[in-house]
Amino acid sequence: MKIGTPKEIFEGERRVAMTPESAAALQKLGHDCVVETGAGAEAGFSDADYKAAGVEVVKTAAALWKAADIVAKVRAPDATEMKRLREDQTLISFFSPVADEAKMQSAAKKGATVVAMEMIPRISRAQKMDALSSMANIAGYRAVIEAGNNFGRFFTGQITAAGKVPPAKVLVVGAGVAGLAAIGTSTSLGAITYAFDVRPEVAEQVESMGAEFVYLDFEEEQQDGSSSGGYASVSSPEFREAQLAKFRELAPEMDIVITTALIPNREAPELWTEDMVKSMKPGSVIVDLAAEKGGNCKLTVADEKIVTENGVTIIGYTDFPSRMATQSSSLYATNIRHLMTDLTPEKDGVINHDMEDDVIRGATIAHAKEVTFPPPPPKVAAIAAAPKKEAAKELTPEEKRAEEVAAFKAQTKNQVTLLAIGGALVLLAGLYTPASFMQHFIVFVLSVFIGFQVIWGVAHSLHTPLMAVTNAISSIVILGALIQIGSSSGVITFLAIFGIFMAAINIFGGFLVTRRMLAMFQKS
Amino acid sequence: MELGFTTAAYAVAAVLFILSLGGLSGQESAKRAVWYGIVGMFIAVVATLIGPGSGLWLLSLVLIAGGAVVGYQLATKVEMTQMPELVAGMHALVGLAAVFIGFNAHIMIGYVDNHLAENGAQLGGALANGTWIQSVEKAVLEPLSAFGQLIAKKTTVEITILKIELVLGVWIGAVTFTGSYVAWGKLSGKVDSAATKLPGGHMLNAAAAGASLILAIIYFSTGALLPLVLLTLLALFIGWHLIMGIGGADMPVVVSMLNSYSGWAAAAIGFSLGNDLLIVVGALVGSSGAILSYIMCKAMNRSFVSVILGGFGGPAGEQMAVEGEQIAIEADGVATALNEADSVIIIPGYGMAVAQAQQGVAELTRKLRAAGKEVRFAIHPVAGRLPGHMNVLLAEAKVPYDIVLEMDEINDDFPDTDVAIVIGSNDIVNPAAQDDPNSPIAGMPVLECWKAKQVFVSKRGQGTGYSGIENPLFFKENTRMFYGDAKQSIDKLLPMID
Repeated sequence: MKIGTPKEIFEGERRVAMTPESAAALQKLGHDCVVETGAGAEAGFSDADYKAAGVEVVKTAAALWKAADIVAKVRAPDATEMKRLREDQTLISFFSPVADEAKMQSAAKKGATVVAMEMIPRISRAQKMDALSSMANIAGYRAVIEAGNNFGRFFTGQITAAGKVPPAKVLVVGAGVAGLAAIGTSTSLGAITYAFDVRPEVAEQVESMGAEFVYLDFEEEQQDGSSSGGYASVSSPEFREAQLAKFRELAPEMDIVITTALIPNREAPELWTEDMVKSMKPGSVIVDLAAEKGGNCKLTVADEKIVTENGVTIIGYTDFPSRMATQSSSLYATNIRHLMTDLTPEKDGVINHDMEDDVIRGATIAHAKEVTFPPPPPKVAAIAAAPKKEAAKELTPEEKRAEEVAAFKAQTKNQVTLLAIGGALVLLAGLYTPASFMQHFIVFVLSVFIGFQVIWGVAHSLHTPLMAVTNAISSIVILGALIQIGSSSGVITFLAIFGIFMAAINIFGGFLVTRRMLAMFQKS
Repeated sequence: MELGFTTAAYAVAAVLFILSLGGLSGQESAKRAVWYGIVGMFIAVVATLIGPGSGLWLLSLVLIAGGAVVGYQLATKVEMTQMPELVAGMHALVGLAAVFIGFNAHIMIGYVDNHLAENGAQLGGALANGTWIQSVEKAVLEPLSAFGQLIAKKTTVEITILKIELVLGVWIGAVTFTGSYVAWGKLSGKVDSAATKLPGGHMLNAAAAGASLILAIIYFSTGALLPLVLLTLLALFIGWHLIMGIGGADMPVVVSMLNSYSGWAAAAIGFSLGNDLLIVVGALVGSSGAILSYIMCKAMNRSFVSVILGGFGGPAGEQMAVEGEQIAIEADGVATALNEADSVIIIPGYGMAVAQAQQGVAELTRKLRAAGKEVRFAIHPVAGRLPGHMNVLLAEAKVPYDIVLEMDEINDDFPDTDVAIVIGSNDIVNPAAQDDPNSPIAGMPVLECWKAKQVFVSKRGQGTGYSGIENPLFFKENTRMFYGDAKQSIDKLLPMID
């Protein structure tokens, strides 16, 4: 099959969907590659580079669309390109099935296959094709760089001979891929970075990147990101209020705010309101990565940089990846190449568009004259669902009280029964035995009792030393032998000698071993 | 010295012994507590030596010194892995000493009887109020030892009680002696650790116990030596046969049970000698061992009786079939996982003790901790062959005790753990205890290591554990089997950890 990449028509778009490097890999899959002349020029790849990699270079876009069986590009096709799309041709590009529904319908009608890079499902196996992530990564990085470019101070705090410089404070709203990239860049530049996300489970990721997670004082079952494939979903009005209140509190302190909050197939939520912008210090910078979808800040003007009356710069560029065209082209081209690898399982240059495959099925929005959007839910869950915490049964105070009373009663009953039986037995023994025995018996009963009380407190880890110590002190029987050894009977003395000797071994052995063991227990 | 002084010294010693046991509630206070015990013992022995009724104190001192030398040798030479057999062996000594002292008491009764008869008096002739039926000259009592005088002043009922106490002391002492001896043999590998019984099994024990009772009654009425000797022989047999019938993994219960017995024997001897300190200490030791046995049994979800009667009960029904296969892994695979992990829990068992792998495990722990990983140990109450066995081994290898945790403390942490390493344990990590109501170990609390992201099991081969039941853990998807001797496996692993 022939894979072709035209020059991007969209104004300001500098990326290209095929690099000489990816072309070489595609050829190994048995495909031929073709590019329109100058397609990679703005991303730093010349026609000569492509030729050197064995790629055919054609003069016009029309010729390319005609030649290629598969067209790989970055931006969604415009009207002209839609006309060029023909039956049995496969188009791989960013393609929003919601915003560009009409185009999707017409492509399906034509019998073309459209693979939308946005729709690659978020499962581990598909990560290598996830262009949204690779582009978001670049956008997050670039957002910090752009902010720094427009921010009049250092990121990192310094104490210099010329005076003290406070560190910049950066707030990143939305800790998706772009947000995390921004956090990483910002912390490595030395700024104090805060981050917020509606999904509390990302707090750990945020903290691992060196930023501080902003927690809300909000009592509600917070979102479980796993149910929506790792993306955020719409939150409740109460939650939103709590969130805005927190931002209002943070706004005057922040030097740079980077908002990245997007909800799939929806307008971007407004998170940074006008009054927050007003409360910010002059010279502060807001980078709104959601500008394309209306912006997280309503003052944002897409594709433009504006300065508000109180001197806050708001950057609404939508082409951050394009601003780093070489890097983003090579990543995007690699994503495409991985997708092609999955589409060419035999590596023989024959496309097998397997609609049973989760990844391919998920990304394909038009195939065999039919619109295939939305896809069925993937067979493999993107992220293991967080186990539902079993709600502890809420007991009413009365129930609790009743339970306590019942437990107390049962305990009392048990104890009283035991005491009664024990007491009766002791009394019975007292009836038939002489007083001299009972004197010792009292001592015995009390000692057993003390023993039970004391031993329960012994730490589990010290059970072996406990055994060694009790073993040592049980050789107290030596006293018996010591009393008997003075007897006038030879046999008694003889047996007592053995008794003393063995008990003495035990005393010394037992205590020494215990000491040896206890000395080994060390705290870290 | 007067009796009053000796008794006072005994009171002090008793308090010290109680403090000594109570102090074991924490690692730090335990170091002080053992000194209380030592001082208590010192006071008790000195008070007895200088107290009334003792004689031949020079010989006594020589004997104690001899015992000290042997005890010192034993205590300093012993390997920590041999601790169970040492403790069991020392119980045997206490048991035997109790038997000897009991016999002495018996001989003494006969001696006093003769002595009184020669002087025209009669044993048991004293009245409860201390006067005599026939007048006995003070001079008659004079040549008797303190213990002899004590006997001579007893009434007939008191003499019978003395005989009951003496029989109890001898009987329990004899059971303790052979029982501990067998336990020592099993633990040190000199006797096959599998449960073996003579034909007749527990009926034989029951018969021997019944015969003991009959002999005891004969002894009470006649006071002859023969029934006492026969009774002792029967007790020796019971001790031997009882412990032979209990398998290796139940040894923690057995050892603490024998510990308890040695205490009760001491208490019984204390009664017959009329010595309160012996009674106090015997009762303390007896109840301590009983509680330990109870804790062990609870940890295995089995009743004390079923442990003593030996072996596991048969399965209650069809056991769940185990599906899947055991997947082996080599050292480098384990090392990679450990290098990537942030949190590790190690579950040691008897296999670690057998292979002497605790030093290697400790070294592994040090390396992993140095790399900033969280490493902890999960100890099941019945891991090993002695209560607290694993704690002692790890302490010997200088693993800090604050990262060594009990089952209840750590069981909830497994789901957040990257790697769980099982070293030489089997039944205590068997998920069948929870999942399979028909399993012989159903209901036994176990360490839920399979909830960790990855589990490595260091094990000699594919065999089953002591209980002989298949362990589904080994077949779980996140389990990898790291076959081989625990020590060699760990040594192979160590250089690959960075």
